[in-house]
Amino acid sequence: MAADGGMGFATKRREDVRFLTGRGKYTDDYSPANTTYCAFARSTVANGTIKSIDVSVAEEMPGVVAVFTGEDFVEVGGNPAGWAIVSRDGDPMKEPKRPVLAHGKVRHVGDAYAAVIAESLAEAMDAVEAIEADIEELDAVVNMADALANNDVLVHDEIGTNQCFDWGWIEDNRAATDEAIKNAPHVTTLELVNNRLVPNAMEPRCSIGEYDPGTGDYKLTTTSQNPHLTRLLISAFVMGIPENKLTVHAPDVGGGFGSKIYHYGEEALVLAAAKKLGRPVKWTSTRTEAFLSDAHGRDHVTKIELACEKDGTFIAFRTETMANVGAYLSNFSTATPTFLHGTLMAGNYTVPNVYVNVKAVFTNTAPVDAYRGAGRPEATFSLERVIDKAARELGINPVEIRRKNFVKPDQYPFASAAGLEYDSGNYDALMDGLEKHADLAGFEARAAESAKNGKLRGLGVNSYIEACGIAPSNLVGVLGSRVGLYDAATVRVNATGNISVMVGAHSHGQGHETAFPQVVADMLGVDPMSVEIVHGDTSKIPFGMGTYGSRSLAVCGSAVYRATEKIIKKATLIAAHMMEDSAENVDFADGEFSVKGTNKKVGFGEVALKAYIPHDFPIEDIEPGLEETAFYDPANFTYPSGAYACEVEVDPDTGKVDICSMVAMDDFGNVVNPMIVTGQVQGGLAQGIGQALLEHGVYDENGQLLSGSLMDYAMPRADDFPNLVVDHSYATECTHNPIGVKGCGEAGAIGSPPTVVNAVVDALQRGGHDVEHIDMPVSPARVWEAMNG
Amino acid sequence: MYNFEFSNPKTIENATKALSSEDAQALGGGQTLLPTMKQRLASAEVLVSLSGISEMVGVSQSDGTVSIGGATTHAEVARQSREAYPALAQLAGKIGDPAVRNRGTIGGSLANNDPAACYPAGALASGATIQTNKREIQADEFFRGMFETALDEGEIITSVTFPVPEVANYQKFEQPASRFALVGVFVAKTSGGVRVAVTGASNNGVYRWREAEAALSTDFSASAIDGMSGDPSDMIEDLHGSPAYRAHLVGVLTRRAVSSCS
Repeated sequence: MAADGGMGFATKRREDVRFLTGRGKYTDDYSPANTTYCAFARSTVANGTIKSIDVSVAEEMPGVVAVFTGEDFVEVGGNPAGWAIVSRDGDPMKEPKRPVLAHGKVRHVGDAYAAVIAESLAEAMDAVEAIEADIEELDAVVNMADALANNDVLVHDEIGTNQCFDWGWIEDNRAATDEAIKNAPHVTTLELVNNRLVPNAMEPRCSIGEYDPGTGDYKLTTTSQNPHLTRLLISAFVMGIPENKLTVHAPDVGGGFGSKIYHYGEEALVLAAAKKLGRPVKWTSTRTEAFLSDAHGRDHVTKIELACEKDGTFIAFRTETMANVGAYLSNFSTATPTFLHGTLMAGNYTVPNVYVNVKAVFTNTAPVDAYRGAGRPEATFSLERVIDKAARELGINPVEIRRKNFVKPDQYPFASAAGLEYDSGNYDALMDGLEKHADLAGFEARAAESAKNGKLRGLGVNSYIEACGIAPSNLVGVLGSRVGLYDAATVRVNATGNISVMVGAHSHGQGHETAFPQVVADMLGVDPMSVEIVHGDTSKIPFGMGTYGSRSLAVCGSAVYRATEKIIKKATLIAAHMMEDSAENVDFADGEFSVKGTNKKVGFGEVALKAYIPHDFPIEDIEPGLEETAFYDPANFTYPSGAYACEVEVDPDTGKVDICSMVAMDDFGNVVNPMIVTGQVQGGLAQGIGQALLEHGVYDENGQLLSGSLMDYAMPRADDFPNLVVDHSYATECTHNPIGVKGCGEAGAIGSPPTVVNAVVDALQRGGHDVEHIDMPVSPARVWEAMNG
Repeated sequence: MYNFEFSNPKTIENATKALSSEDAQALGGGQTLLPTMKQRLASAEVLVSLSGISEMVGVSQSDGTVSIGGATTHAEVARQSREAYPALAQLAGKIGDPAVRNRGTIGGSLANNDPAACYPAGALASGATIQTNKREIQADEFFRGMFETALDEGEIITSVTFPVPEVANYQKFEQPASRFALVGVFVAKTSGGVRVAVTGASNNGVYRWREAEAALSTDFSASAIDGMSGDPSDMIEDLHGSPAYRAHLVGVLTRRAVSSCS
């Protein structure tokens, strides 16, 4: 029986007490005694040769204590990519060094080439302006097709090409897919752009380096989604600080969406500076710096072909994608367009042939990496847009063409043509739920109402599958990952019965502090408020891989589950000892241990106390204490899926799109806290609708970021959305993790963009406009131009 | 932001004095100037705040006109001119967001003459008179192109007087990111004819759309300007719209404004 507030309860988020009352403690809120302040000199050109950097005037400026340039970091390592991708011809990917500070060349606007440390931020900024950098501007390469077509302008001269890799998935399926498409009765082709996004977490990045000359210990307080990975990268690759001498602490973090997974040069800089000065060094990103230097998202250009029978049965998907990696390889940048994208290109469908080709391209733009959804939104967008176009060409209802090709419930486990094994799902049930909750049958009447008001109404539907619970280490190791992707938890039952759970996942908005205790409390039959989560500090928690890829509950939550199982096992031994019986005869339920067939019982709290006051323990058999650690490595990815519907009204006079309704039916497996899950989906929908209608990171041909501020980069606002209908009751359990959960953090951002664009195209088609596709963001100007093309 | 001296005069006279010093800069509500200064794209030796000058704050009406102190916030204009000049109140109530409306001022907006700001369209279409600490300037003479006005160094807008039209309406089509006007059109029907002012569209800032004014002065109905659109030849091209799109919107919004007047 679930304890009150245990599994499945919509418990309010306990962390919100501090977040909503201004008591959150973010990195920038921390200023150790004697802190110095760091400001960076950043390139204003997209490509340039650093002829000289004269810091002599800057060094003499008031308050300045140190100035660093790329010269100071020539001896330290580069910030590596986490996945090694092998090209179709067997060559390893090109992996130019990513230095702490640019040296020799600057490669994108915002590339930092010097840093000033001063007594105050204003003094540091003044000194940055006094740095005399002679940077010879070179032609920039921004467009991916141009970057591949000629080598006149190279982002990295030493590799002789702008192509990072040319990857085929699955290469052995290429010939069969080509053949299937050649012979197919119908082939639908679509060229589309997955627009570049700037993450824009509410809290910009911030890093504070400290060094204790007395112990030789370093501490980095930083805005990170995964402090252990940051520590590992700094220790093993960039600076060589032993892991046991470096603490990385990510306190409250105000959103990440992927952009705070990665280790950035600013983190290494503040540590190096702290060591040199023996004083804390703090850097806080401005919003402008965030636009220019945070890892951006998406930025794919894709040609997709769908071959099918005349009745709509899918025969093959084939894609050619150019994926922008920007000027340097960020940590997950090579995994995102490949194994988080190509492997999902069979969608929810029994299609027999899939072949994916991805060319990753260096350009003189900010690095591009995983951003909420990371590869799966790109896959879903391509698939679900081309399916919609095929349905239109074949005269088949878009719901029916999807149903016709769905994997059916009796086909699990299902080996997809893109190389994954789906463990569970029921896509028809989700579509049934969608037809009901979105009242698809009533659409025509609503469209007629809209027409009376002079508006074009359109309906878009979509189904998606994604891979979460990242990731089985044995599998990702084969695929090129340089790390394992397990997670870890320590459950510490204190003597007085309350519980601290140290987790490797990191909560930066997800609600772990509320949800994880629900799992533990449910298992132990205790009050969830007696369970506290400890996260974010490498000196306190076991080695975990952090939070991204909707993995926290599925992977780290499973580690919590396993550790709690160990707690129950040991507590059973103690209880048996207390009740003078053998452990086999002891049952545990609702927080009480009892001896079968007797009325002997002892509460969990009494056992906990006994564990720490072991006066009469048989010490050969039972250790004192009650604390257990588990590392959990998943057996497979998890496969959340969903069916979405969106209705839009297009104003034919202005091209403006209003979203009238958005309905999301998701299968997340078991749900620990339905309120938090609903919130996660709503947030994801907001980001997905933002991508579909508003957001666009745009560089001009010289590599200047045109949408470099919130005056031109359109972030979605509350009044851009209708009520977002979210339902996760049509669920199938994950079969391979102990909680049966799949992950919900990214679904909304994955499922919504094609749903919106499908709806807009539908509206225009119904309005008599022969428009087959509009690239995102579907802005008023673009819609108007499409209508008046 | 660079360091600066801050002056907080209580009278127009003292503000004028403070602004006579070298490299002094007037500060209205600061909704444009302060972000620009924070980015170190603007600087001043002395920042002279106009917010504390009580004689420059408030809305008054007399004899068919509404007069608004130069340091009156958009929120106050929206509240206080609702009855006397509803179209202007509606314009003011949709500038920016509540934070902007409670700091930003009419004088600051007009003096800045952002090519996508709302107030220039309202002032120009209404045929407002801009009073400064030195003189009166007619709206037709005041706007001199993008971020350019007839104001001299040290000259500040003390109040703006709007003759209240028979009917008027402002239509704003928002730029999706900034929510400034991608195009905004203010139509005012007065006894002397119809005036149509367009913001957001032109590389020269706010302007009067004379062709539409002529047509509407003859026949004040949307159908009178059916099929007409603005002249795209000197319109703004940016991420959010082409000249052709803006020119089209000028027509659409003008018709909507006229329809909303009836």
